[in-house]
Amino acid sequence: MSRQYETVIGLEVHVELATETKIFCGCSTRFGGAPNTHTCPVCTGMPGSLPVLNKKVVEYAIAVGLATGCKITRYCKFDRKNYFYPDNPQNYQISQLYLPICRDGGVEIETPAGKKVIGIHEIHMEEDAGKLIHDEWEDCSLVDYNRSGVPLIEIVSEPDMGSAEEVIAYLDKLRLIIRYLGASDCRLQEGSMRADVNLSVREVGTKAFGTRTEMKNLNSFKAISRAIAGERSRQIELLEAGKPVIQETRRWDDNKEYSYAMRSKEDAKDYRYFPEPDLVPVSISQEWLEEIRARQPELRSEKLVRYKKEYDIPEYDARILTESRSMAELFEEASAICGKPKKVSNWLMGETMRLLKEAEQEPEDISFTAAQLAKLVELADTGAINGPAAKEVFVHMFQEGADPEQYVKDHALGAVRDAGALRETVRQVLEDNPQSVADYRGGKEKALGFLVGQTMKAMKGKADPGLVNQILRELL
Amino acid sequence: MDRVTDETIAYVGILAKLELSLEEAKQAKEDMNHMLEYMELLNDLDTEGVEPMSHVFPIQNVFREDVVENGDDREAILSNAPAKKEGSFLAPKTVEI
Amino acid sequence: MGLMDLTALELGKKIKAGELTAMDAVEAALASIEEKEERLHSFLTVDPKGALEQAKAVQKRIETGELKGPLAGVPVAVKDNLCTRGMLTTCASRILYNFKPPYTAEAVANLQRAGGIVIGKTNMDEFAMGSTTETSAFGITRNPWNLEHVPGGSSGGSCAAVAARECPLSLGSDTGGSIRQPSSYCGVTGLKPTYGTVSRYGLVAYGSSLDQVGPIARDVSDCAALLEAIASYDRKDSTSVQRAEYDFTSALQEDVAGLRIGIPKDYFGEGLDAQVRNAILGAAKLLEKRGAILKEFDLGLVPYAIPAYYIISSAEASSNLARFDGIKYGYRAGEYEGLHSMYKRSRSQGFGAEVKRRIMLGSFVLSSGYYEAYYIKALKVKALIKEAFDRAFDHCDVILAPAAPSTAPKIGASLKDPLKMYLSDIYTVAANLAGLPGLSLPCKLDDKGLPIGLQLLGNCFQEKKIIRAGYTLEQALGGHFPAPKEVLKETGGKCHEQTV
Repeated sequence: MSRQYETVIGLEVHVELATETKIFCGCSTRFGGAPNTHTCPVCTGMPGSLPVLNKKVVEYAIAVGLATGCKITRYCKFDRKNYFYPDNPQNYQISQLYLPICRDGGVEIETPAGKKVIGIHEIHMEEDAGKLIHDEWEDCSLVDYNRSGVPLIEIVSEPDMGSAEEVIAYLDKLRLIIRYLGASDCRLQEGSMRADVNLSVREVGTKAFGTRTEMKNLNSFKAISRAIAGERSRQIELLEAGKPVIQETRRWDDNKEYSYAMRSKEDAKDYRYFPEPDLVPVSISQEWLEEIRARQPELRSEKLVRYKKEYDIPEYDARILTESRSMAELFEEASAICGKPKKVSNWLMGETMRLLKEAEQEPEDISFTAAQLAKLVELADTGAINGPAAKEVFVHMFQEGADPEQYVKDHALGAVRDAGALRETVRQVLEDNPQSVADYRGGKEKALGFLVGQTMKAMKGKADPGLVNQILRELL
Repeated sequence: MDRVTDETIAYVGILAKLELSLEEAKQAKEDMNHMLEYMELLNDLDTEGVEPMSHVFPIQNVFREDVVENGDDREAILSNAPAKKEGSFLAPKTVEI
Repeated sequence: MGLMDLTALELGKKIKAGELTAMDAVEAALASIEEKEERLHSFLTVDPKGALEQAKAVQKRIETGELKGPLAGVPVAVKDNLCTRGMLTTCASRILYNFKPPYTAEAVANLQRAGGIVIGKTNMDEFAMGSTTETSAFGITRNPWNLEHVPGGSSGGSCAAVAARECPLSLGSDTGGSIRQPSSYCGVTGLKPTYGTVSRYGLVAYGSSLDQVGPIARDVSDCAALLEAIASYDRKDSTSVQRAEYDFTSALQEDVAGLRIGIPKDYFGEGLDAQVRNAILGAAKLLEKRGAILKEFDLGLVPYAIPAYYIISSAEASSNLARFDGIKYGYRAGEYEGLHSMYKRSRSQGFGAEVKRRIMLGSFVLSSGYYEAYYIKALKVKALIKEAFDRAFDHCDVILAPAAPSTAPKIGASLKDPLKMYLSDIYTVAANLAGLPGLSLPCKLDDKGLPIGLQLLGNCFQEKKIIRAGYTLEQALGGHFPAPKEVLKETGGKCHEQTV
């Protein structure tokens, strides 16, 4: 191939907000539940029903806007987007076109070539659609409005990304920020975060953008990577063959690793937006904005700076620990209780991560408390339990929320500190290993280690190693 | 000059999901041309600098608190459905193409 | 004199005093309906069983002293675009021919809380689109004053029912004049409140930014009492306005001394029937005699109100009526191939011609390339019209005008030319665009024996001024407007069956 192409990618990211209720009615947003059990006249588009805006949605949208450096639109409105589809009970979606709540922000990502800012064009609030399930038996679609009216924010980026790696770094960053804010759990697989990819290619060196396509139905980072690669080559092939790229929406089929155009003569793509007459404008006062700003949690970048100053842990650890707010908070609280940040960090970085991975869980799913972790650190650090015992306690703390002290007591894991009993064992060990005794007395310090090991073995690991050492030296 | 052509009527029919017979389409074209001509009376007015008014009163910030108020009212919600199955509305097959 | 010849307040008083029961009132209304419906067809649904059950419950609560309001036990007819839980609510459209809402509109719920009894649902222009009640999918309603004439619309059934003494009160809705114009044609009193005064929750939307629910009654006092019962701040309607007070009956005073009454010259020009003009100006003179100050002035922008209104209302309607798609409720076509064919057939078969006309127009004015030229332009004109009224109310307290350019036209005369029909709203639509309250009350009969309606417009939230002026005028005209008794005694016209 003679010509070199570059990829230009912009993202439209939909994020389901973590409110208790829907954006325009008092129905629960909880997942699960039999079809249409979380519905009312409003979210099923009954004639005469009217929307009322959930305040929390506005606050979450502002929080995300502030955390991504956006300007907050102090006077914003809702508009109707008109299109027919059965998952959309009113056949219009309440969204924001003319005055979205946030504009002109950006987030920084790290690329192999260094740091890069991905611009955010706007963030707007809107309602989610219901769910359609194909019923094979009837060859019909079953319509469930439980998700209809769940609040969404749509984050529209500038076309600032050039590769799948950058797209994923951007999504990761957004996810991290939004999860820190508690505004959403941002799970791609479950659909609480969804990304539509706008992609075009152009010859390296050209300024003008190529014609872009929009790809939908991307529900994992892997699918996003594959779809970007697939669409890039599809467009390049077209251009190389002298054919035009058509501006269209394409649906990615990750099993077939192929996208196809979602075209229909019944689909005119003319949404006839107009100001929503059933909702009044939202005016965001300085006071309200400051109130939300004051409630913003410390974000990761801020934490990283502080950790460097306050805790004696490697930067690598700090980065891992702050990847999720709940992990970071666990670390900070446990460190504050026991005063041993490095030890706390080791538990979180090692055992915690290992068990989370095993259980396919996220840091948010951790059920033990900072106090429990601090107690475990204390027990292990003072020698009240030895290493293997501490690990055993941790597993039970992680899995069942067992109290470390109680668990040690119930399972007799405490190190044996009865000098009398220990002395007997040591005596026996010395008797059984005359050669080592001789070696030690001959000046080989190493032999002591072997004898400690033998004693620990005889005690089935429950002896306090410090005490064993002391008695050995005494008897030798 | 006609503002509305046969194509316009067909296009608006797709937007509005209305299927008009030939006769109806002809009538619709005629009506709409009449109406639009009449509505263009508004062009006599200079509205330069006038803010479009969607709400009459400057009411702002009407909110709900984020508290669950509705229970399960599925039976009532589904009671008018022309077709339903297993607690869902039944729609003709939606094809993603 | 039958019970239905009493006003609502008289009836309520007798019930409260124990001279009558709520059941007596309901039975009298049912008997009157039974007698007249064949000729009038004001109602789409009558609910004898439900009404009697409500009456029994209300009667009990009156007797225990729980219900003290002036309308407790009074039967009320409700326009068929207000949702009533479990009771047919069709909007006079085939597309909702079998719709029984899962909830009750807030205005109706307020009425019931005040002890009002819903006796049935009244005929209307389909989805309130029309000015004659002839666009109803279930047959026309006839004017009780002359069965060859229309009752007006779109709240034609509600106005005819009250005029014909089928019941003393009814609820209507007014998007461009749909309470005031049929009130005028039927010789009853109707009030469109300031936008946001009565909750729209449960009113099937036509033009959301213009729609208001309002009372229809035989006189100003009943009208004020019914408004008091239904008006409320409603958290379910974001456009609902929290008002300082909801006490409208205190304005029922015979006193217009010093009241500045504006007479917009541009409402009395070409197109206004001479008899109507004289009747209205004659009524104005009566008010002047009682101490009001008449001020002629130019309102301005009058010819622009109708085009702006039709653009805005049709645009909103095209979106509001998108939900009728054959999936969740209402009519679904019997035969179709696939989803879009189902949508198109259900909607094409379910909606009548006028509704389709407005949906097409509304979709067009919002479509890509036309939005600015039509829709935004109309919203700007709306702002100018509001400013014109603001200026007018700087120098007058109320505006006095005709409610319609003529008295009720003959059946079939209006539908042929939609533009002409739209022009019958010329004096009413501006109040909707500006959100103003308007009261329509009868002031005279023309030489054909048809009522002439007079309209009083107030500034926003000034219902009490128009109620006071209206009440004074009513007294000056000699109290209650007569009943169309003679016509009702005749037989003629045929019964129009529901045809779905």
